[in-house]
Amino acid sequence: MASVVTDNIVDFELPMVPLNLAKRRRIRWGRGLILWLAAAYFIIPIYAALKFSLQNINGSFSLSPIAAIPSQPGLAAAFFLSMRLAFVTLAIVLFLMVPTMIYVHMKMPRFRRFMEVVTILPIVIPPIVLILGVLEAAPLWLKASPYLLALVYVVLAMPFVYRSLDSGLGALDVKTLVEAARSLGAGWISTIWRVLVPNLRSALLSATVLTLALVLGEFTMASLDLWETLPVWIVDFDQTNAHISTAVAMLSLLGTWALLTLIVSIDRSHSRRRRRNDV
Amino acid sequence: MKIPSPLSNDSLTPSGVDDKDRGGRHYTGTLVRSLRTSVPVFPFLVYITLGLLVPTLVIINLAFRSDSGKLTLSNIHTILRGGAYLTGFENSVKLALAVSIIPAILGTLLAYAIAQSRFEFLKRLVATASGVLANFGGVNLAFMFVASFGANSLVTIWLSRIGLNPWEHGFDLYKLWGVAFVYCYFQVPLMVLVITPALNGLRPAWREAAENLGASRWQYWRHVGVPVLMPSVLGSTFLLFGSGLSAYATAEALTGGTVAITPIQIGAYLQGNVISGEEHIGYALGFGMIVLMLVSIIGYVLLRSRSSKWLQ
Repeated sequence: MASVVTDNIVDFELPMVPLNLAKRRRIRWGRGLILWLAAAYFIIPIYAALKFSLQNINGSFSLSPIAAIPSQPGLAAAFFLSMRLAFVTLAIVLFLMVPTMIYVHMKMPRFRRFMEVVTILPIVIPPIVLILGVLEAAPLWLKASPYLLALVYVVLAMPFVYRSLDSGLGALDVKTLVEAARSLGAGWISTIWRVLVPNLRSALLSATVLTLALVLGEFTMASLDLWETLPVWIVDFDQTNAHISTAVAMLSLLGTWALLTLIVSIDRSHSRRRRRNDV
Repeated sequence: MKIPSPLSNDSLTPSGVDDKDRGGRHYTGTLVRSLRTSVPVFPFLVYITLGLLVPTLVIINLAFRSDSGKLTLSNIHTILRGGAYLTGFENSVKLALAVSIIPAILGTLLAYAIAQSRFEFLKRLVATASGVLANFGGVNLAFMFVASFGANSLVTIWLSRIGLNPWEHGFDLYKLWGVAFVYCYFQVPLMVLVITPALNGLRPAWREAAENLGASRWQYWRHVGVPVLMPSVLGSTFLLFGSGLSAYATAEALTGGTVAITPIQIGAYLQGNVISGEEHIGYALGFGMIVLMLVSIIGYVLLRSRSSKWLQ
C-alpha cells in the first residue's frame, strides 16, 4: 500500500503541461514535500507496528501471527458484533438524516444553522462524559442490548453525516428537482428515492464511509458499555498475545481502509460507465 | 447554551409592517402553521434530545448531588479548591489548543496539496484514509508510536545515527507534548476530512477571474481565497479543539494514566480508582468539561463574527 502512495507522488512531480513551467515546478516542490512528510508520519508507525508483530524473539520474520488470527477465541464474535453495529448505525442515521435534511434544505433553510451547531456537539462533548450520562439514563432493557451502542453511535456519526449531506444538497437545486418530480406526479417517497438519492450519491457515500469508519474504530464507549467489539477485543487480547493483537489491529486498520477505498472506487467506475451510456 | 427554538427560526410570517396590522388571531395562525412546517424535523429533534440533551442533563444533575443523593455544591468546591483537578483542566486546555491549531494548519496544507492533485486514485486513497485515521486511537495508536518513536525504537535509532536523537533534545513521548505529537495522528486526518469540502468549494473560475483582472497570487489569496475559506477553517479548528479536549483512550494507553488531563481523571473515576466518598467528583469533572466546551463555543462564535468583520 505504501508503494502505491509513493508512486503517485513521484508521478505528481512530472509536469504534464509545459505551460508556465518554472512557476509550476516551484509549487510542486512544496506540495511534494508536504505529501512526503505526511506519508512518512502516517506510514512509519504502521510499519513499525507490523514489524513488531511479525518478528520473532530471535529476530527473524514470519507470517505465523497472521496465520494464527482466525483461530483466536472470541475474535469472530467481536468481528460480527462490530459489523452488525456498523450496519444498524448506518441504517438508522441515514433513515433519520436524509429526509430531515432534504426537507430542511427545501422548507426551513434557517433551521440549518441550528442543525450545524447541534451536530458539532457530539464531537466536542467528550464521549466518556456522554456514555456516562447514557448509561445513567437508559432503561435497563436497552442497557442489556448491544444496540444501545448503535443508538449512541448514530449521535456520534451525525457531525460527519450532516456535513457530507449538507455539502451534497448545497450543490443541488433541490427545490427545482422536487417540483419537477412532483409535477410529473411522483409521490414524496419516489421523489426522494428516485430523484434525490441518485443525485446525492457521492454525499451519501462519504457519509456511509465515515460512519463505518467511526463504528469499526470506536473503543471508549464500547469498553465502558462492556461489549466486546473488535477494538475492545484487540485491547483485551493484548494481554494474552501482543504480537497477534497488534497484527489484528494493523490488519483491521488497513482492511477498513482498503474496504472503504474499494466501495468508493466501485461507485466511481459505476457512475462513469453510466454517464458514458447516457451520452 | 441558548439553543434557538426551531419554531422561531422558521416563522412563515412575511416580515415587515404587515405583521403589526394583523390581529392576535393571525399570530396563532402563524404559530400553528410554523408548527406544522416543522413537524418533519421532529424525529431529529427527539433523537437529539434523547441521545445528547438527556445524558448531558443527567451528568449535570449528578454533579450537584452528594453520595446520599442530596443537592450539594461540595463536588464543585473540591474541584475548584485547586490541586490535581485544576491542573488537569489547565493541561487539557493547553493540549487541546496545541492539537487544534497545529493540525489545523498542517491539515489545511495537506488537504490543499491533495485537492490540487490530478490523480483521482490518490485523492480517493487519502479521503478514505482520513476517514479511517480520524477515528483511530487508543491502545493500538499508542503502541504504534511506542514502536516507532519510543526511547529505543525504530525512528529514534534512525535519527540518532545522524546525531539527532530527539530524546536527548527534550522529547518525551510519555509527557504532555508527547501525547500532543501522537494526537496529530488522528487530528490532521480529521482536519483534512472536514476542510476538503470547503477547498473543493474554491472554484477555479474565481482564480481565473482574479488572474484575468491582473491579481497576483498573494492578492488572490488575500482577497478571495482566505476570506472564502476563513469561516470553514475556524469552524474546523474549533472542532479539532473539542476533539483534542475529549480524547481519552490514546492518552490513557500511552502514559498509563499518568498525564494529568481531565478525561483521564474521569476515566480513573469510572474504573473505581477514587478515594471513597468522592464518587460524584467524576460527574463534576464531566460537568466541568461541558462548561469548558460551552465557553469555547461562545468564544468560537465571537471569533467567527469578529473575523468576518476583519475580512470585509
